[in-house]
Amino acid sequence: MRVGVVTFPGSLDDADARRAVRLAGAEPVALWHADADLHGVDAVVLPGGFSYGDYLRCGAIARFAPVMEPLVAAAHGGLPVLGICNGFQVLCESHLLPGALIRNDHRKFNCVDQELVVESTATVWTSGYAAGQRIVVPLKNGEGGYVADEKTLDGLEAEGRVVVRYAGGNPNGSYHDIAGISNERGNVVGLMPHPEHAVEDLTGPSTDGLTFFTSVLKAVVTA
Amino acid sequence: MARVVVDVMLKPEILDPQGKAVAQALPRLGYDGIAAVRQGKRFELDVEGEVTEERLAQIRGAAETLLSNPVIEDFTVRVEEA
Repeated sequence: MRVGVVTFPGSLDDADARRAVRLAGAEPVALWHADADLHGVDAVVLPGGFSYGDYLRCGAIARFAPVMEPLVAAAHGGLPVLGICNGFQVLCESHLLPGALIRNDHRKFNCVDQELVVESTATVWTSGYAAGQRIVVPLKNGEGGYVADEKTLDGLEAEGRVVVRYAGGNPNGSYHDIAGISNERGNVVGLMPHPEHAVEDLTGPSTDGLTFFTSVLKAVVTA
Repeated sequence: MARVVVDVMLKPEILDPQGKAVAQALPRLGYDGIAAVRQGKRFELDVEGEVTEERLAQIRGAAETLLSNPVIEDFTVRVEEA
């Protein structure tokens, strides 16, 4: 199985994302923001960082990168897509996911090992977790406050599309303590915390994040 | 060349941490009596030729697609007289 990781100008965590893909047992494929196609990959990760310097709004310019055109079309067709941190912001700007990310309510850059509750295992990226499972992965951002209107929030809750929620206190003012959400179909997931930084004992606070990448591997292989 | 100004503001219901920080700094500097601050963005678009209704509609499209995020922001478009 081949998992593409897009590098935008200003992406930071693309190498770690490719490494997580490899540790999960899949083949990482480096995709470039200017690519016109997805090189036939089976899934795509939009990594963390500061694409285009976070100019205008986080993810607002990346949304119009050439690679996004085939990516958005493929995501609508069911291709598994995971957006981490800046990748989550890109997915919201692309309208693949509802809502938006704004500056943390305390106005500080956050960098912590964050406890999360896995609320939904009905996505291709979280099927390997147990519902209600608590995991610890790094969280590092300045604009991680998830906002959406009441109707959207009610819809996400009612449809079980809140994928991960902050536990042990809300770190950034996100509505409903939301750390990550999915689309209706469950193939597109975006979250602010970084599962790709928690895949090895040597470098992460846990190996809890690896399950995101093994989940999609299983989903694609059995599909 | 005519200038079109697009002002983008966070919707009233969206928290504006930057505006809040500015509001808190003002009284420290002795600028009293300011109840609240909201911070936005101003775009100045220099338009070639005349600003027609068609051109303005185009700019509104750009404001909605790129300059603002309608999920969290409102925008206004106006022509600045030379």
